[in-house]
Amino acid sequence: MNIAVLSGKGGTGKTTVSTNLALVLKANYIDCDVEEPNGFIFLKPSDINKKEVEVENPFIDYAKCTHCGDCSNVCQFNALARVKECIILFEKLCHSCGVCKIVCKHGAIEYEKRTIGVIEDGNSNDIQCKRGVLNVGEPMAVPIIKELLKNLNSGTNILDCSPGTSCNVVNTLQNVDLAVLVTEPSEFGLHDLKMAVELVRKFTIPMGIVINKNTSDENIITKYCREENIPLLGYLPYRRDIAKQYSTGAMLIENKEYRSFFKNIAKNVKEASLWN
Amino acid sequence: MKIAISATGKDIDSLLDMRFGRCDFFQIHDSESEEFKVVENKGQSSGGGSGIAASQQLIDENVNVIITGNLGPNAFKIIEKADIKSYKCGNISIKNALEKFKNDELEEIIIAGLAHNAMGH
Amino acid sequence: MELVVLSGKGGTGKTTVAVALSELAKDAVRVDCDVDAPNFYLFYEGEDLKQEDFYGGKKAVIDKTLCTQCGVCEKYCNFDAIKDNEINVYKCEGCGACVYICTEKAVKLLDEKSADVFITKTSKGILSRAKMEIGSEGSGKLISVLRKNSREFNKKDRETKDNNSSLLEHFKGIFKKQTQLTVIDGSPGIGCSVISSVTGCDLALIVTEPTKAGMEDFMRVMSLCQHFEVPTLVCINKYDINEEIAKEIENFCTEEGFKVVGKIPYDDIVMVSINQLKPITDYKDSAAKKAIENMWNNIKSIIY
Repeated sequence: MNIAVLSGKGGTGKTTVSTNLALVLKANYIDCDVEEPNGFIFLKPSDINKKEVEVENPFIDYAKCTHCGDCSNVCQFNALARVKECIILFEKLCHSCGVCKIVCKHGAIEYEKRTIGVIEDGNSNDIQCKRGVLNVGEPMAVPIIKELLKNLNSGTNILDCSPGTSCNVVNTLQNVDLAVLVTEPSEFGLHDLKMAVELVRKFTIPMGIVINKNTSDENIITKYCREENIPLLGYLPYRRDIAKQYSTGAMLIENKEYRSFFKNIAKNVKEASLWN
Repeated sequence: MKIAISATGKDIDSLLDMRFGRCDFFQIHDSESEEFKVVENKGQSSGGGSGIAASQQLIDENVNVIITGNLGPNAFKIIEKADIKSYKCGNISIKNALEKFKNDELEEIIIAGLAHNAMGH
Repeated sequence: MELVVLSGKGGTGKTTVAVALSELAKDAVRVDCDVDAPNFYLFYEGEDLKQEDFYGGKKAVIDKTLCTQCGVCEKYCNFDAIKDNEINVYKCEGCGACVYICTEKAVKLLDEKSADVFITKTSKGILSRAKMEIGSEGSGKLISVLRKNSREFNKKDRETKDNNSSLLEHFKGIFKKQTQLTVIDGSPGIGCSVISSVTGCDLALIVTEPTKAGMEDFMRVMSLCQHFEVPTLVCINKYDINEEIAKEIENFCTEEGFKVVGKIPYDDIVMVSINQLKPITDYKDSAAKKAIENMWNNIKSIIY
């Protein structure tokens, strides 16, 4: 079973919820925010295996190339340019789509691999912890996210998503059974939550909401949940010392009081997943 | 000699556009006949790699010189390979930019150590 | 002068700071490049002067009348975007492989609308922003359209003001043009949207927080700014949440030669300002406001 934790807005507590929930549920933790992965700071996994993530980029066999320029003309991403008798590749723009090879009439294009990041796999408190890390300067995170999601263990996997609702998140939601949306009770929180809800609905994934930095029993988020008929899975209180603990990289569930909040969320998550 | 200048407008009094990849137009001036033509920059409609699209366009137009605000590493790589010289200029009129070029007052654009630095956008 | 406000990590206070700086700069032009989660405009009510459809990329479309269901396109699609002769628009990257491989010419690439782009006139000036279609991606093209719109409309706005002003105001206007600031609210992360917001800017301000996660993310986005050679300043927000880590960040900046131009204390009034959707600079007693004002003075002395 795959549970995605997403938010729309950044900084609402996705990683806080994902990491602590993974331990309470004894589920695997997968950090899909490959541009800025933070989960390992808190889970501190050991016995880490690293595996490079590679993409394929074209290279030209100049023995066969007639520099006709067909390849550079068809590339939708401007990754190839023809200059005199050379074909220049701009690897960071290349989407590895294969079109250049398809159109080359002279069989002059082959592919070679290039590393754009790494996948790390380790263990913490008997759960598997996996993450992807995109190399700085590389614009495309999606190939790493896809690699991360291949061969997930059976059992429960918590997928800690990137912020926002763009292609990084869309690719993480591909095989998800339940979406946990983390928000905060503010105008920003609600505004961005609505975008995340719209995205999850497009994928017809069942969902529930967790309110982080909660200040009162009734607020704009609880009202929204009722209006939209979205189950509230739980909340975490707004406390300065939670911010302090978070800042040091500590797991919140080490504190007995905070552990009970997560146990409550875990219980509701289990129930929500049974219904579906 | 054909001189391409990134421009905000279509006439000689228009201001130079400091951006290369995302400028609106290129004015291509013939230094001998003093005539010029205006083309819309193909880089503008590119999702990414605008400097590359713009460079390719100017190479296909057989220009010899480019005058613009600056070139990113991707565009520079192509322009250099094509043996086209490029020069930096400020936000002045196309007319003045051409004058400055004629009088050798413009600084050439040189980007060292390019090999692994090509940008995404 | 274009200043982009970045964070690396979400939730550090990027938009709060960007809004505040745009208020302090007076007559600033505002661009919301956090197109995934645009919040800048929530602070500024105004009239949309312009709305246009933005076509970011292309998607493949199969003409069922021509399709023979041979399935070759599915084999050649590297993104698993074709299944049973149906295109999954979320997975399709618009590369055109299916177009070229189809022997029946049954597939076409069509421009796809990926966002609505707006120019909003507020009482405090022009705001250039976009609302993405769900699941779409920000891109260099979108960011540059937003930045271009802000320039064009700002010019028009000033021209109207100029025509209506006295000679003295006209000269003041010329001076303002040279010193006018464009504040760009960037996106979190280090991927293509961020790269597009950063390249070509005059200055980047990274807003970070004193947490382990914040520090790691800060280093990555800092590395990105160095990679693209954008001069970068640093602001530590909510610094008193963990003064040790705040000090670590400061030391790192000193060692690497980056200027920390602001240290903003944790301030409950910020949450109030967000919920009332008013800039923090509207709250006289706010400690955060005072710190941001100091920061603005530091920034001014660097840029002017």
